[in-house]
Amino acid sequence: MNAGQPAEPRIIAEDLVKRFGSFVAVDHVSFRVGRGEIFGFLGPNGAGKSTIIRILCGLLRPSAGRALVAGIDVARDAERVRERIGYMSQKFSLYRDLDVEENLKFFGGIYRVPRAELGERIRFAIDMAGLGGREHALVSNLAGGWQQRLALGCAVLHRPPILFLDEPTSGVEPASRRRFWDLIHALAADGVSVLVSTHYMDEAEYCHRAALINQGRLIAVGSPEELKNTALGGDLLLLECEMLGPTLAALQSAPGVLDCSVFGNSLHVLVGSAERSLRELPDYLAQRRLPPTRLVRIQPSLEDVFVQLIAVDSAKRRAA
Amino acid sequence: MRWRRLKAIAVKEVLQIWRDPRSLMIALLLPFTQMFLLGYGVNLDLKHLPVCTFDREGSQLSQALFKHFQASQYFTIARNVTSYAELTAAIDDATCGFAIVVPPDFSERLNDTGSAPVQAILDASDDNTANLALGYATAVVAGYSADVQLHWFDRQGRPLQQIEPMTVQSRVWFNEDLESRNFIIPGLVAVIMALVGAQLTSLTISRERERGTMELLVSTPVKPVELMFGKLAPYLVLGWLDAAFCLVIAALWFAVPFRGTLVALFLTTTLFLVAVLSIGYLLSVLIRSQVGASQIALVVTMLPTVLLSGYVFPIDQMPTVVQDITYLLYSRYYVTILKAVFLKGSGILELMTPILFLAVYASAVMILAARSFRKRLD
Repeated sequence: MNAGQPAEPRIIAEDLVKRFGSFVAVDHVSFRVGRGEIFGFLGPNGAGKSTIIRILCGLLRPSAGRALVAGIDVARDAERVRERIGYMSQKFSLYRDLDVEENLKFFGGIYRVPRAELGERIRFAIDMAGLGGREHALVSNLAGGWQQRLALGCAVLHRPPILFLDEPTSGVEPASRRRFWDLIHALAADGVSVLVSTHYMDEAEYCHRAALINQGRLIAVGSPEELKNTALGGDLLLLECEMLGPTLAALQSAPGVLDCSVFGNSLHVLVGSAERSLRELPDYLAQRRLPPTRLVRIQPSLEDVFVQLIAVDSAKRRAA
Repeated sequence: MRWRRLKAIAVKEVLQIWRDPRSLMIALLLPFTQMFLLGYGVNLDLKHLPVCTFDREGSQLSQALFKHFQASQYFTIARNVTSYAELTAAIDDATCGFAIVVPPDFSERLNDTGSAPVQAILDASDDNTANLALGYATAVVAGYSADVQLHWFDRQGRPLQQIEPMTVQSRVWFNEDLESRNFIIPGLVAVIMALVGAQLTSLTISRERERGTMELLVSTPVKPVELMFGKLAPYLVLGWLDAAFCLVIAALWFAVPFRGTLVALFLTTTLFLVAVLSIGYLLSVLIRSQVGASQIALVVTMLPTVLLSGYVFPIDQMPTVVQDITYLLYSRYYVTILKAVFLKGSGILELMTPILFLAVYASAVMILAARSFRKRLD
């Protein structure tokens, strides 16, 4: 597992544990997020992503471990942390019966944005969210994508150095999602550290680094490239053949093969070395009268990596 | 505490109240309708109670007694019956609440001995009315007896001034007409304000929870006191409006004499409102659902205020234990204050004790509410 340490850590999680009764929602999680870094949390629903974010925002007290945000211990001084962060909760939580500008003014007041700057900050947020001309539209009348961008606007109104975004793109159509990620990148370019969770695996590509979370544990951390290249612990081959079932069975015990799974009407074969297996596997299968019609090395998508890692991790836990 | 944040909360609350015209209408109309409904509904005065007479003698003297009843504003003779069966029927079907029976030997005994019993039959299914009726009937009969006695002495040739016994000249203060309305209506204002006040704020926090806005709110640096004062302020203004409605209706429509000063009324009403609004807010903090909070608010404000504040039921007639409990009830002090300000014209100085109690109460509830608000989700 690669956990490259950022130079200027703004968020430090050390051995965080959160138990609800006997249920362990967060299980010894450690990571660091640097200045201007976009750090993604990926994982299935209920993996513990929101719980970790809530701990870092000071909304939940960790059962064990330590969380430093902007250098402040969250468990000790949550109020000082709250002044330095922006938060978008998973559930939309702006006031739907207020209009766009009223919501922004409200958060401007709550965060005590200097009055002289407030007008300009609100203008910036409205432009950023693309809500120009809709300043007086009630939030309940806005479409999902606009609502989410407004929520981001409210979260950055006080120029926090750290942003926590909990599934900000869930339920938003693809074009709007893309636009949302552009905004996140613009903020990160200004030095804002962004911790963002998502259950869309493809969105990991937009992150500088991503952490895969399953059942409360970090099972892989790294840049998208690192994850694709090393997290699987081998190379990935695509195999097309006549008889899927028997081929799958034969491959399970083939030399050099680590794992094999059905992928559509082809097979994904994880091998220790692509070179060796590309050389040896056709013969191995031909001897068993199962000659492949096609065998090539492929670059795994992040989805491949995650599906594979989560399957392995879940199997390991069941065995334990 | 930061003024800026408090203001942001207050402005947001005002906008939300404004955008929800239905609940705003309820907040403004409820006290209005309650005032009229309860103001007319609750009346402890007995006027023109229908009376059934059964004259078993039919003499001049017995008819004179009935005339005394007819002349009194408390009774109206509705039926004259000639048998007990008819009398029973009149009481049973509630055409009469009171019956008076003159015995056949009424005149004879009166002339012989100077005294004669008459029978009164009361429908005590409403014991309050029955008690009042009995009291007034005794007074009417006593008045008649005095007349008869005078005649008797007169016939004996005794000078009248000799038989003047000791008399009580009573003078009623503060509610000269002994109008029950005059002491009920000021208390009614307290009942309505307790009901409306706590209802207004009982929804504020639970609404944030139910709409999902609470999670974001607690992630901001807003302090529990800022949140509380920011949320209470707009409702205090609404409460002032409601109280002004009620008090104006009491003084102008129901013509309850107002002898105090507006300053005393404003100060005490504000204190009471703060106490009641804080109770609603505290419940809103403690109880997660809007419906639950408003139900409990109803039970802890309206019920004890009606029963234990002395609004209708006099506290000094309650068992000692219950009397002691009433000291714990904030509305008790406001009812006392309102009656005193309206009827006695008491000022702030005379009312120092109940004012202090109210102030302590309001502060205690607010401290409790601010402390029970947690900025964490677990």
